[in-house]
Amino acid sequence: MNANAHEAVERAARESYGKLLAFLSARSRDIAAAEDALADAFGAALSDWPRAGIPANPDAWLLTAARRRLIDAARRRQVRQAAAPTLLTVAEEAEARFAEPAGLGDERLKLLFICAHPEIDAAVRTPLMLQTVLRLDAGRIASVFCVSPAAMARRLSRAKGRIREAGIPFEVPEQRELGTRLEAVLEAIYAAYGSGWDHVAGGDLGHGGLAAEAIYLGRLVAALLPDEPEARGLLALMLHCEARRPARRSAKAAYVPLAEQDVTLWSAPLAREGEDELAAAAKLGRIGRFQLEAAIQSVHHRRAETGATDWEAAALLYEGLVRIAPTVGALVGRAAAVAEARGAQTGVDLLDELPPEPVTSYQPYWAVRAHLLARLDRHQEAAHAFDRAIGLSEDPAMRAFLIGRAEAADAA
Amino acid sequence: MQYMLQFYSTPEEFAAREDPEGHKAFRASFVPYMKALQDAGIIVVGAGLQKPGTATSLRINRGGGHHVQDGPFADTKEQLAGFFIIDVPDMDTALKWAARYPGGPGGGVEVRPALTQADLEVLHKQLADA
Repeated sequence: MNANAHEAVERAARESYGKLLAFLSARSRDIAAAEDALADAFGAALSDWPRAGIPANPDAWLLTAARRRLIDAARRRQVRQAAAPTLLTVAEEAEARFAEPAGLGDERLKLLFICAHPEIDAAVRTPLMLQTVLRLDAGRIASVFCVSPAAMARRLSRAKGRIREAGIPFEVPEQRELGTRLEAVLEAIYAAYGSGWDHVAGGDLGHGGLAAEAIYLGRLVAALLPDEPEARGLLALMLHCEARRPARRSAKAAYVPLAEQDVTLWSAPLAREGEDELAAAAKLGRIGRFQLEAAIQSVHHRRAETGATDWEAAALLYEGLVRIAPTVGALVGRAAAVAEARGAQTGVDLLDELPPEPVTSYQPYWAVRAHLLARLDRHQEAAHAFDRAIGLSEDPAMRAFLIGRAEAADAA
Repeated sequence: MQYMLQFYSTPEEFAAREDPEGHKAFRASFVPYMKALQDAGIIVVGAGLQKPGTATSLRINRGGGHHVQDGPFADTKEQLAGFFIIDVPDMDTALKWAARYPGGPGGGVEVRPALTQADLEVLHKQLADA
């Protein structure tokens, strides 16, 4: 009984937290207050449910408890008089909603649009989504993004203050601005995944630690906006990258580059789901950055069936990608793909064209460069590039892999 | 802003550097890290340190005088192995460089901002006002 109740609280926390928070904060616009109220409500559930039994509708119970806390807190703080009626409206509306079969509905999409609003600093958008929709604590988010926990907590609270004070509306943008606003949401989700895993032969793992969370958010947006091809494109991209996770490390936890991965280790169901999403996106007839990136991953995936990678197809897709989204990652990825398709020298030429500033401390640039120069027998330059790639690596497995490659190139 | 990256190593790491293989492995990862910092043009000063056992610590007695003892100042498992002072725009950037430190598990990096001239002036003013 006791264990069941705890499990029920945990399940509600996992499945309903984002929905409840979105519902509460959509009306009050005060995310921080809604978070506090929900934390109290979950605390009350932990002490109440084991005694009184799990309520028939746990979400409704939690919402009622949270709403009560919100009203109490508002009274205690004696905030603007207008706040109390709003909160009462929230309460009434919530009761009414639960009487409907659809229940709470899903306002998480609005919450995601708020988190990635142009008024919110781009660097805090992803952390804000992770905290509000998935209830990740600021400390864990800080570690994943390699930021001081105190600074992360400050930034999150500043962003919430901004949402409250700037009166940023909780709504799904209108059709005419949906495209650009959605792009910001998708970018923030992709940032949680750890961008550009498989872009390049020596691509850094980045903070892959939140892959499951990012895919969860990707699925959510794709499900709520099924007619937006880029939402489905992003999901396809992440699913394809995720499908290869089991092949990315050897039994001894060594890094395995894409070209050397055992395709039988790739997850067929995830890849299939990725292919389906990409096909559904393509049918909508509006190409975009994430669909192109997913299409590149789809080219790699095909090696599982054909035994070879169509590098020319990958290179063409990269050329399309850099035309609409010339990020450093995409430019380096293009050079790597072009090198495979049309020769190492062509790839090096493309790398040489890049402006020095953004690549000076960009690890994948140096990893690709080293790899191509070694192939061209330009040993001294390759050694320099290997050094730089090793020195910029964060992931020990990647570092060890590059040290091995550098030694092999040196011995050749 | 200047930040000090202090690298802490475990006894196992210090020991590994003593044998030829371990030393080679250490150099293979640490030298490129140092070069990357150099090429980024952010190093103010830095040094690697000899093992903690070579330290001598001088503790100031409450009643005056010193107590000198062999060994590092803090009696902790992880010990200071080296440091860099780097000049970067902010703590986020400093932490990014700390994340690239090629140390082994158990060790790590403490990143601390240096006092700036402005900090000292503020402090000075506060003291003068008090």
